[in-house]
Amino acid sequence: MSTTHQIQTPLNSEVIASLHAGDMVLLSGDVYTARDVAHRRLYESLERGEKLPIDLKTAIVFYAAPSPTPPGRVIGSIGPTTSYRMDFFTPKLIENGLRGMIGKGNRSPEVLTATNKYGAVYFGAIGGIAALTAQCIKKVELVAYEDLGPEAIRKITMENMPLIVVHDARGNDLYAIARGQWCVKH
Amino acid sequence: MVFVPVTCPRVTTMDCNMDKDIQEKNRLRRIDCRRITAAVKKLFIEANTDLGADVLASLQASLRKEESAIGRQVLEKIIENADVACRSKMPICQDTGLAVLFIEMGQDIHVVGGDLRKAIEEGVRQAYAEGFLRKSICDPLSRKNTQDNTPAVIHIDIVAGNRLKIIAMPKGGGSENMSAAQMLTPAAGIEGIKKVVVEKVLAAGANPCPPVIVGVGIGGTLEQACILAKKALLRPVGEENKTDERLAQMEKELFGSINESGIGPAGLGGRVTALAVNIEMMPCHIASLPVAVNIQCHVARHKEVII
Repeated sequence: MSTTHQIQTPLNSEVIASLHAGDMVLLSGDVYTARDVAHRRLYESLERGEKLPIDLKTAIVFYAAPSPTPPGRVIGSIGPTTSYRMDFFTPKLIENGLRGMIGKGNRSPEVLTATNKYGAVYFGAIGGIAALTAQCIKKVELVAYEDLGPEAIRKITMENMPLIVVHDARGNDLYAIARGQWCVKH
Repeated sequence: MVFVPVTCPRVTTMDCNMDKDIQEKNRLRRIDCRRITAAVKKLFIEANTDLGADVLASLQASLRKEESAIGRQVLEKIIENADVACRSKMPICQDTGLAVLFIEMGQDIHVVGGDLRKAIEEGVRQAYAEGFLRKSICDPLSRKNTQDNTPAVIHIDIVAGNRLKIIAMPKGGGSENMSAAQMLTPAAGIEGIKKVVVEKVLAAGANPCPPVIVGVGIGGTLEQACILAKKALLRPVGEENKTDERLAQMEKELFGSINESGIGPAGLGGRVTALAVNIEMMPCHIASLPVAVNIQCHVARHKEVII
């Protein structure tokens, strides 16, 4: 039976250690949106030894690019993009302090190794429910790479954002566990 | 029903001794570009905020079928989201897609007041700007955003008659990325085709936002198989192939195999991985057996209008 955790950012190592693949999470606090090009830029900055435009220490990134904000709203529709495209850049970000990722879909063995080694967690959000997810966002602030438009890095403040632990810090993978459990064997 | 003219259609046939219906269908019609732009704009805004009744009905039916508790929760959220999006005019998904259009243009239409393709692109531009839809199109190499979600991918077919059918299909990147085409050998046969389809869907796992709709194109050439696969996604969910019993049978078998995979809604485990498998086919070269698999996420959006 899975547990539901109410979590407030920043993530600390005790909280991360208490999470198990399959646990439900209601996340509140600040996370950064970043996806394809933003990841490349962060990675290249780290390679060159430059200061990053965001503090990665204990940070959580949400692989997301919202639709434009209509008048009178906090944000447009928002939801996870597929995570594997960020896999190449992720271990380096984790080495440099990243502790949480929110996305959807499978990750590479290298990402799993890094989450395991450094004690980071990969949360799954449900894709394609972006109007509903927008209701959990209370504040948005553009922080870097404005030229990327929807792909720019934004600091977003969440309140009780429903997530599920996909990879815990012990190397368990919910997708593999769930598939094994529900696959019809002949 | 496509009307096949028996005589060469001309405006002057109005004087001929033909029945009124034929005269009407063959009459040369002028369609102003502004009307096309307005129609395209409306279709893309509607498609992105109002999920089709067939998809919703299929999701409701899946909810009754799903045995996994988390799977049911995911399906409930998907249904609730469609309702919230429709009522608040917010995009169902933040990925409001690449604008794909299928145009069926009657050969007796004269487009006036501009250029057909430019009129369509302008409709896309206006929909994405005024509808608060995300602009997701970029240069493939520099990755620089084009800022207005153009260019669109426009497929134009010339057909009989004097009507213009516009199908607008915003296609998300995540599910498109899980799609593929393969040139099989004729020896691979039906079993080979089924293997490719199941392998692609299983390898995709949670990536394309299951429950998915699987469009399959068989035959033609490489590009034709891909177009068939994409067109297969336009068929109402729950309707089987009505032109070929062999395809209807294959659809049923593939649907069964995919839903035995255990991937489930959002890949979190369960019985409902696909809402439908739709196959379209045409003859191919004696040397070939092209197969294309186009995966569509559960936000299966398309709207159409006939002008």
